[in-house]
Amino acid sequence: MRRKISVAVIIIICFLLQSTLFRALSFANIAPNLLLVVTAAFGFMRGKKEGLFIGFFCGMLMDIFFGGILGFYALEYMYIGYFNGFFRKQFFPDDIKLPLFLIGISDILYNLGVYVLRFFFRGNFQIGYFMIHIIIPELVYTLLVTIVLYFIILKINQRLEYIEKRSAKKFV
Amino acid sequence: MRRKSKFTIPTRYILMVLTILCIGTMYVSFTMNLGGGPLNTIAGTVFGPMQRGLNSVGTWIMDKADNLKNLKDVMAENEQLKQQVDELTLELNTVKLNQYELENLRELLELDKRYPEYEKAAAHVIGKDTGNWFSIFIIDKGSQDGIEKDMNVIAGSGLVGIVIDVGPHYAKVRSIIDDISSVSSMVTSTSDNCVVNGDLQMMTENQTIELKSLNDSDDKVQPGDQLVTSSVSSKFLPGILIGYISELTIDSNNLTKSGRVTPAVDFEHIQEVLVILEKKENGVTE
Repeated sequence: MRRKISVAVIIIICFLLQSTLFRALSFANIAPNLLLVVTAAFGFMRGKKEGLFIGFFCGMLMDIFFGGILGFYALEYMYIGYFNGFFRKQFFPDDIKLPLFLIGISDILYNLGVYVLRFFFRGNFQIGYFMIHIIIPELVYTLLVTIVLYFIILKINQRLEYIEKRSAKKFV
Repeated sequence: MRRKSKFTIPTRYILMVLTILCIGTMYVSFTMNLGGGPLNTIAGTVFGPMQRGLNSVGTWIMDKADNLKNLKDVMAENEQLKQQVDELTLELNTVKLNQYELENLRELLELDKRYPEYEKAAAHVIGKDTGNWFSIFIIDKGSQDGIEKDMNVIAGSGLVGIVIDVGPHYAKVRSIIDDISSVSSMVTSTSDNCVVNGDLQMMTENQTIELKSLNDSDDKVQPGDQLVTSSVSSKFLPGILIGYISELTIDSNNLTKSGRVTPAVDFEHIQEVLVILEKKENGVTE
């Protein structure tokens, strides 16, 4: 229960920051994708199932507020959370290389997904342009934010795991 | 985590079920043009106030940053504008005379009510699209304040967009620079109709949007001409300023022209908007 509430609070804070503060701090109208960092981070820290659910709720939140098609972002984020879950065994908390790499790949795939499904199918084939002007800038900005946000999420997660372990011992 | 032999559903089944659910809702919202419904309302009520608060923090920071950057520009601009004021005062006098004449003539023609003053409601922008692909934002007035879907939104004198969804205390606005937005418009000088489409690429390149299928057989439309919403538009009220034509080329079919439009509104710094509390009568009864 404690974990659910904490995760919900993290998601809500990130969503609010992403839609307000980071929009105001955007460079060339590009803002970082915090919810993606949250989804991916919980994916590889906690496994497929949790990644999937967190992704689903993050996406749903975006759908409700800014999505034209309900369920579209939910689907994308859900798969990002799920596939990041496969790397749980490779994940070590103190090594930031793998998280950065995974989050970077996730961000590119996410944006390619948006591009293909919502621009390419409408007959807009300027992928090179969008790559340079939207996908790469967002990637860079997101990775910069990741360096900070990742450690916050990591610390929260470690704290939660510690509390869970302690209470598990108590009840055995 | 207490270790109990509990029955758990394998993750891939959950994934499958949720995937089907998502595709289902996507299909429904595509075919029935449905928003989130009650979900929207709940979410809006919960997040609206928080967004409002945080947004003011963001705006404050942006303001401070802009202030420093702009001071020099403003000083230079001030000089320039002072000169311009003198020139314009002269011009204004002539225009006033013209206006007087026009009013007299209009009265004669009873054309007075062509562009009536619309009733408006002011609203603040409290949140912007979290992604970088589309351009939707949230304002802090909703159905309780008399706002309905399809109402036009303006800022200053220019068209900002259209309300696409309303909750009790918030509304979603799709701006005209959004890649899937399309506005039927008209060149003021010649009354030629055309279509203005939002375009993400043009917008990031040089802050313009796309102008299409301008039928200008007399070849009179020039870059710099004013563009307003057309009276044949199904959702936009007539005569709202969209922007100015900045570039014009003849299409390969040799019949129509296309080009770029610089919007009249500064979409990057948009903070307050006015919602026109009147909807276009388009003959469709719901």
